[in-house]
Amino acid sequence: MSMRSDHLRQLEAESIFILREAAAEFRKPVLLYSIGKDSSVLLHLALKAFYPAPPPFPLLHVDTTWKFKDMITFRDETARRLGLDLIVHINRDGLERGISPVTHGSAVHTDVMKTEALRQALETGGYDAAIGGARRDEEASRAKERIFSFRSAAHRWDAKTQRPELWRLFNTRLHARESMRVFPLSNWTELDVWHYVLAEEIDIVPLYFARLRPVVEREGMLIVVDDDRLPLRDGERPHMQRVRFRTLGCYPLTGAILSGAETLEEIVAELLAARTSERQGRLIDRDQAGAMERKKQEGYF
Amino acid sequence: MAEAKTSREIASLASGTAFPDPLGGKGLLRFVMCGSVDDGKSTLIGRLLYDSELVLEDQLAALECDSRKFGTAGGSIDFALLVDGLQAEREQGITIDVAYRYFATGKRKFIVADAPGHEQYTRNMATGASGCDLAVILADARKGLLTQTRRHSFIVHLLGVRHIVLAINKMDLVGFSRTRFNEIATAYSAFAGELGIPSVTAIPVSATAGDNVVHRAASMPWYEGPTLLTYLELAEAGASAGARPLRMPVQWVSRPNADFRGFAGTLAAGSVRPGERVAVLPSGRTSAVARIVTRDGDLESAGAGDAVTLVLADEVDVSRGDVIAAADAHPDIADQVAAHVIWMGEEPMLPGRPYFVKCGCQTTTATITALKHKINVDNLDHIAARQLELNDIGLCNLAFSRPLVFEPYDVDRTLGGFVLIDKVSNATVGAGLIRFGLRRAENLHWQALAIDRAGRAAAKHQRPCCLWFTGLSGAGKSTLANLLEKRLHATGHHTYVLDGDNIRHGLNRDLGFSDADRVENIRRVAEVARLMVDAGLIVLVSFISPFRAERRMARELFAAGDFLEIHVDASLEVCERRDPKGLYRKARKGLITNFTGIDSEYETPEAPEMRVQTADATPDEVVDGILGELNRRELA
Ligand SMILES: Nc1nc2c(ncn2[C@@H]2O[C@H](COP(=O)(O)OP(=O)(O)O)[C@@H](O)[C@H]2O)c(=O)[nH]1
Repeated sequence: MSMRSDHLRQLEAESIFILREAAAEFRKPVLLYSIGKDSSVLLHLALKAFYPAPPPFPLLHVDTTWKFKDMITFRDETARRLGLDLIVHINRDGLERGISPVTHGSAVHTDVMKTEALRQALETGGYDAAIGGARRDEEASRAKERIFSFRSAAHRWDAKTQRPELWRLFNTRLHARESMRVFPLSNWTELDVWHYVLAEEIDIVPLYFARLRPVVEREGMLIVVDDDRLPLRDGERPHMQRVRFRTLGCYPLTGAILSGAETLEEIVAELLAARTSERQGRLIDRDQAGAMERKKQEGYF
Repeated sequence: MAEAKTSREIASLASGTAFPDPLGGKGLLRFVMCGSVDDGKSTLIGRLLYDSELVLEDQLAALECDSRKFGTAGGSIDFALLVDGLQAEREQGITIDVAYRYFATGKRKFIVADAPGHEQYTRNMATGASGCDLAVILADARKGLLTQTRRHSFIVHLLGVRHIVLAINKMDLVGFSRTRFNEIATAYSAFAGELGIPSVTAIPVSATAGDNVVHRAASMPWYEGPTLLTYLELAEAGASAGARPLRMPVQWVSRPNADFRGFAGTLAAGSVRPGERVAVLPSGRTSAVARIVTRDGDLESAGAGDAVTLVLADEVDVSRGDVIAAADAHPDIADQVAAHVIWMGEEPMLPGRPYFVKCGCQTTTATITALKHKINVDNLDHIAARQLELNDIGLCNLAFSRPLVFEPYDVDRTLGGFVLIDKVSNATVGAGLIRFGLRRAENLHWQALAIDRAGRAAAKHQRPCCLWFTGLSGAGKSTLANLLEKRLHATGHHTYVLDGDNIRHGLNRDLGFSDADRVENIRRVAEVARLMVDAGLIVLVSFISPFRAERRMARELFAAGDFLEIHVDASLEVCERRDPKGLYRKARKGLITNFTGIDSEYETPEAPEMRVQTADATPDEVVDGILGELNRRELA
């Protein structure tokens, strides 16, 4: 603990408080585990919050089936190593309809395989609280979202009827079928997350580190060819480049960045010098101004 | 600036000195930014982010694009758009809700609560200010201090924000006038003094130009104080929570197996070491700390703000909501407190209605037993009120359905702040700041409370009394008593009406109208009323009770102040005209004898507590008057 700066200790303590509060007050919480660095930090905090007991909730991964292979390997390995209860949910209906980002585009794919899938998983499991790793610095509408964020029975977020959140007194009361999204990392920034990963030596997916990877360039983004499901367009030929990811999603939707950062220290140093924000790598946010706000109203995490 | 910071930080990373986090030891500073619409709040925050080079390339590109689309800065970059969040807000050009912003300098990390300034958003302002160490209050140099400036200052002060910075913005529009700056700063100091705000720092800025925001301004050479950012970097965060006795609300009881039993929580105040004696409240049982457990290994000590798990030396019963405290310095326990309540519900706050209350990790039911006054936040006047509307602030007495462990808010925000939750809608409808306990209940938990009149009254959260309605037949006694009971009941009071006619059908069935029977009639009713008052009820007696002596006899059964005589006054003509039961007609015909007003005297009360005229007022109006008087006497 002595190695961490005061502000990381404060953030850590705040997140642990939030996790304990969620565990204590909800009937059946679940931790949304999306395999990225934020999820890794969230899981690490959950292990701390309840130690020596294991976290009193399962992990839920909504699998779009377009995750990088490395992510799935990392996910299964992490759950096994820590002896955690991992639930993987895939929208079978979407799968049967053949929904894919390649043929249907990012908007449809995200809607069916992520937003709709998440709703299914939460309803099937009867979860009244879903704990996620979203941060307020990610996007404008998140900046106004509560740490304990109320969702109607239809999973909708309504900016105008948010419950006032004072001090650390979270109103966790729900009627039947209503639910809560809980964001323990609300007050963390991307830089905080990286500093913390570094300070706590938290395992993260290797895709965050720069390696030589097969890449094609599309619409100004570097797309890593993870398997043969990505149909190459005319004239496209994957070539090896030293790239890494700042954020991980579905592989045809998430762009890589050119980087030489092969260690955590180098990643942090690169970040401090960086001049672009992390969501730039995500196609889904670029569609329109207010895109995220709209998605959230529909129940996107 | 960013270049310097970045290379410095990278250097420290490489050398490993400040590794792994280059930010210094100042920790987090949470501050709230308040201003009226158009004072330049968004611009100022945008400036802080921009000038501390936290705006990244793609955000800047988006900003330039948005500036052309929505901007008010005529094509050039509108910094306000960096922080104006929701699409709905952009379209309407207003801010709906508190937003949180983050930035860091080489020295410190900042969390900014960006609170909308409109009058109707006191709620958001209080939300934003809760948990903050510092407030930046914005004023427009041209306009000076506005009602809103005072309002914002009052709210942040109420919420215990200790440092206030008055940022006097748009200095460019007053020719960077030192005189103007001094004028506003002096006026504000005087106002702050009235509020009891200990320290205020005024800084002249121009948010659009960035003068004195991050960089010292050549435009105002006469200003020698710190820039806004410098001030923020150096401000002391957090109260001296560490110096106080240990307080740890138990959040979670950890029992992974039969051998381990730990109590997880965050220290609200003080520090703890293994071996130290602690008390568990409200039970009062004591033990010693055996271990401070974390996943990083057991600790030798933990301080305020640390999230830990404590293991105690003895088998003590501890559950969520209990407070582990220093054995020799307990917090208070009470089931009634006085608190400032900020009302946040769309529906008004009604005294008497039960709400859920959450304080620390304790949740129970709270009832507002009295609304002492409402505060006019514009001039700090105290106003008598019956209810609190959305965004009102009032001083209230609250009664909890079980004793709560608490500290006054000024001592400890964790154990002194609470929220009220509507039991039906689940909405968060109020925030409260405990000022003091009204009835210490320290020993309630383990010493059987003698169940006396006070105890029964407290359980009903009311002051029991007997309201004795006297007057001619047809004057309106029963109507008023019944209506008043309805109104009292609606506000959560426990009541009972004893009506002359009804009693004569049962308890007093054996009595006639002879003088002796009349006296016995009154005696029995008065005794029943007295028992009911003892049981904690508000009893409404509706009896003609024409004779002074009888009424005096009744009065003497009660403690002073518990018996209120209400003369329901209507002339004989009025009553006879109303004649609801046809009794006057019968009496005139001689079919009934000894009828009050006809052939038996009504002795008008000489000094009743209340006298109400029913001839020209509706029953509702009369009951309003009675309720007002009961209010004044703190009976309802
Ligand atoms: N001249 C001048 N204009 C300013 C300054 N600060 C803000 N403004 C302008 O005042 C208007 C309102 O600013 P904005 O930041 O949106 O105010 P908010 O409602 O408090 O967030 C905008 O047109 C700004 O460009 C300043 O220091 N000088």
